[in-house]
Amino acid sequence: MDTTDLNKPIEKFLSLFGQKILRFFKGTGSLALLCKSIILSIPMAVKRRHLVVEQMVFMGVNSLPLVIFTSVFTGAVSAVQAAYQFQGYVPLRYLGTAVGKAVVIELGPVLTALVVAGRVGAAVAAELGTMKVTEQIDALETMALDPVEFLVMPRYLAGLVMLPILTIFSDFVAILGGLAVSVWFVNITSYTFLNGLKAFFELQDLFAGLLKACIFGSIIAIIGCYQGFITEGGAEGVGSSTTKAVVLSSVLILVSDYMIAHLLFG
Amino acid sequence: MIELINLHKSFGKKKVLDGASLTINKGETLTIIGRSGVGKSVMLKHIIRLLEPDSGDVLIDGQNVLAFSRKELMAFRRRFGMLFQGAALFDSMTVDENVGLSLREHTEIPEPEIREIVSKKLRSVGLKDVEHLKPAELSGGMKKRVGLARAIAMNPEYILYDEPTTGLDPIMADAINELIIRMREELNVTSICVTHDMVSAYKISDRIAMIYEGKIIFTGSPDEVKSTDNPIVQQFIQGKAEGPIKAV
Ligand SMILES: Nc1ncnc2c1ncn2[C@@H]1O[C@H](COP(=O)(O)OP(=O)(O)O)[C@@H](O)[C@H]1O
Ligand SMILES: [Mg+2]
Repeated sequence: MDTTDLNKPIEKFLSLFGQKILRFFKGTGSLALLCKSIILSIPMAVKRRHLVVEQMVFMGVNSLPLVIFTSVFTGAVSAVQAAYQFQGYVPLRYLGTAVGKAVVIELGPVLTALVVAGRVGAAVAAELGTMKVTEQIDALETMALDPVEFLVMPRYLAGLVMLPILTIFSDFVAILGGLAVSVWFVNITSYTFLNGLKAFFELQDLFAGLLKACIFGSIIAIIGCYQGFITEGGAEGVGSSTTKAVVLSSVLILVSDYMIAHLLFG
Repeated sequence: MIELINLHKSFGKKKVLDGASLTINKGETLTIIGRSGVGKSVMLKHIIRLLEPDSGDVLIDGQNVLAFSRKELMAFRRRFGMLFQGAALFDSMTVDENVGLSLREHTEIPEPEIREIVSKKLRSVGLKDVEHLKPAELSGGMKKRVGLARAIAMNPEYILYDEPTTGLDPIMADAINELIIRMREELNVTSICVTHDMVSAYKISDRIAMIYEGKIIFTGSPDEVKSTDNPIVQQFIQGKAEGPIKAV
């Protein structure tokens, strides 16, 4: 590739494009290898349970205030918007139905995941990236200890387990937010709202939402760890890995959300 | 015996090792000298396969390190201790946890004995009552010494030192030199040390190797180094800006 005459614009473009594609496949390959090592190290979770619990507290418990705060407003705005769109077309007794479905299937899991991706994905990439550039990951390897078992597996399990739990909180609080707005500003009774919610509530919607949360949690943890591991070049490198981790996991969350919707509801 | 044979390694377009070869004999202390950024740390990392060469071989007692399975590699690495250039202490752990990590992970030694070993190793690098501190609370020189205590915690057969005396005051640097000598005399450890501190190199080394432009250009005893007429080696050991090596 170095032999291409880079003065010719088309060849320069093709060469750069080719390099990008090669890098993409190399990246996908190492990501796949990382996933494989994570799966192989899951049995070690029992021995490393204190690390798993530590990560669960960090990802789950510490994210709870932020998730609750964003969820109240998400539920509230979905009630306002639904009421506005219903005007003259749909009876308001279906307001609870609309808010409930939107929250449980989409808003709860996706917004929780995006908030956690910003908070936790960034922190994971920054922490592991710092360990990479200060050779702490090399040091683990030298001491014949597996970085995936020590660093990645606990974060992966924490993401997998805590995201659905956070989503349940988010669903609950968002519906409360929607209920509050409906009662105070739309002038329907809480009885009407809850009836609408119950009438069309289906357990499989909830499960679909939680399944998505598991997948989003895995994406956040794996992308954060991956970006951390490939960090190079000091503090600047850590900064750019952090940004990439948030951007990439947010994009993957939205894309996979669409694909899951297609598979489950399409 | 460790043999590095004709190693080539590039990072992107930058060629760092360009046919470097070196043999390290059992029980000796070999020092690799050379300018900053010449590839000393890179060479050291090839020995325990933290880096893999683009071409060339790494042999330990005739076995090919690059052909090891993951499991064999892990077993092989347990025979080594390594002091990293920046110490590479685990930020999230205390000094005690750092130094005792291998002991706790790889041995069945009971906890009170591990604490005993940890404080003994810390004392041998001139540190006392620091077990409970986090790396962020230590000075640069202290970090380096904790890193050294961690490297020797498991009484390894081989120790790799990456600039063990850089950043230490002259008295502490000499104490570390004495420690490296003692490790060989008492425990028959094989040491490979990277440094540009010539005082230390002369004091601890059985042999000194100089790396320049990706190759090992000279190997010999400290006396041979001092008396060689190789102009590149002479310029380096005398620390002159003028000569075949360009300062910039
Ligand atoms: N992981 C890496 N990725 C890219 N370049 C590297 C890496 N490790 C070392 N280098 C480059 O290799 C060269 C030699 O580095 P090093 O071995 O650390 O030098 P020193 O002799 O001072 O220890 C430097 O130019 C450095 O930038
Ligand atoms: Mg170095």
